[in-house]
Amino acid sequence: MSKIIDGLLYTKDHEWLKIEGTEATVGISDYAQSSLGEIVYVELPVVDDEFSAKEEIANVESVKAASAIYSPVSGTVSEVNEDLSDNPELLNEDCYSNFIFKLKDIKKEEDLLDADAYREFLKTLD
Amino acid sequence: MYSYIPHTSGDEEKMLDTIGVNSIDELFVDLKEGGCLLKDYLKINEGISEEEVIRKIKRLANMNEQGTSFLGAGVYDHIIPSAVLSLASLPGFVTSYTPYQAEISQGILQAFFEFQTMICNLTSLPVSNATLYDGGSAAAEAASLILSSKRACNEIIVSSTVSPFYLECIKTWITGTGNNLVLLPEKDGVSDFDCLESLITDKTAGVMVQTPNKYGFFEDLTGVSSIVHSFKGLFAISSDPLSLTIQKSQGQWGADIAIGDTQSLGIPMAFGGPTAGYMAVNSSLMRKIPGRIVGQTVDNQGKVAYVLTLQAREQHIKRERATSNICSNEALISIMNVIYTSQLGFKGMREAALQSRSKAQYLLEGLDKLSFVNIKKRDFFLEFPVEFDSKERMEKFLLALKKKGIFGGVRLYQLTKKKEDEATILVAVTEKRTKEEMDEYLEIVGGLEND
Repeated sequence: MSKIIDGLLYTKDHEWLKIEGTEATVGISDYAQSSLGEIVYVELPVVDDEFSAKEEIANVESVKAASAIYSPVSGTVSEVNEDLSDNPELLNEDCYSNFIFKLKDIKKEEDLLDADAYREFLKTLD
Repeated sequence: MYSYIPHTSGDEEKMLDTIGVNSIDELFVDLKEGGCLLKDYLKINEGISEEEVIRKIKRLANMNEQGTSFLGAGVYDHIIPSAVLSLASLPGFVTSYTPYQAEISQGILQAFFEFQTMICNLTSLPVSNATLYDGGSAAAEAASLILSSKRACNEIIVSSTVSPFYLECIKTWITGTGNNLVLLPEKDGVSDFDCLESLITDKTAGVMVQTPNKYGFFEDLTGVSSIVHSFKGLFAISSDPLSLTIQKSQGQWGADIAIGDTQSLGIPMAFGGPTAGYMAVNSSLMRKIPGRIVGQTVDNQGKVAYVLTLQAREQHIKRERATSNICSNEALISIMNVIYTSQLGFKGMREAALQSRSKAQYLLEGLDKLSFVNIKKRDFFLEFPVEFDSKERMEKFLLALKKKGIFGGVRLYQLTKKKEDEATILVAVTEKRTKEEMDEYLEIVGGLEND
């Protein structure tokens, strides 16, 4: 059973986000990291670049495949987790305390899922 | 001739039986219903015997004109040690297809690793891939890499002195992508770097140049990398790899990307192809480089082993989001490159480069004495432009040489399609040309003085 943290928002592409005011912190869910397997590289976005919602913003490569991370909301990159450049396996170790990037000036999207809705969504995938 | 389809009609029946259809045509029923199948068979002649094929091909080959070549424009008539073709014709090299379970084919991976090592040594950049199709596709891939490096940027500045063939490839590749190509003007046969800063905008992703350039001239790239890096752009330099033995390498000029065509390293001219392209980058671009990178490691018994280390942008890794589709490469050509470089060594390659240059200098000095030509005095590698007082004179010049079995040069207009190039040819001289051949060239064209 994948770990899901209450209080966070989720997308159907298996990103989690934590919204505080106009800022969002984004990472990948436990379901995502366990499906990907051993993560060997994280391609981070560039600070100050602007993204619209659902636009490809980062890439996570595992020994199995390379997968895109889509920006769950529109906004401007305010911070990236540089630790992941040297230690991408942090996402496997604890995907919720290791964020990938933060966005500022965000516009919230309608179709984000809360923890319960995401839990229900995962059930449909099995 | 036998069609080399290995399965027998018995095999076919067994396969059809297993999947539960009656005939091969039945496999395509849905296509037929959808109107996707051809109504008639293509008009292709019946097969002919091996003997007939050989005769036909030989007859065609004999129609080619033989002669002494002073042609270049990107593909040069260098000496190729016989070991290159005889070793490269080993069936294991010639007939092998791209290894899908790559690590089983240790031999081919080792050859790629040697190729990459050679390219890194020549370019002074740390990461090389295992070939692209040719210099043109390498230039286009470098342009894509540059354009994708900065999100907010959609312009690349390319010097007008880059090979017109490469420019065409770049233009084709960026068509429809929303990206723009901005040409850096040329002045007296080289890039006009005084204009560079004025062309840079907040949309500029990087700059690409070539040395030796389309005329054969060396470019002075002093200070260019600082300009490009001052706006955080990427800098790509295309170079004939043989020239890197006698000029500054891309890494030494401060480039982020080195590209070029490996034809000069043991590959026959063959009417312009096949050749291989190379690309080397600095470490920060390792994940962005197209194609594949082979790495050296050790197996579980501690023995040296080779693996496909990176192919980050390719379609079998990134699926529909792939940004490169060079999953194939020029394996056989790169093996020939490796045999060539290991035969000559750096010293031998440098000797070939120096001899080419000094022989080209000899021919240039001879041609410069002619009253009807104008030759720019610039530092060049092994090729230089010769401008005539008229197009008619140029044609007469080429015809006189051709009558004696000498291909005197490439019409520049054929490359650039520019009016001002109508009476100019490019003359290339390699280490393969002898003093006698050059003296004959000069004697023939000297006779035109009195016309």
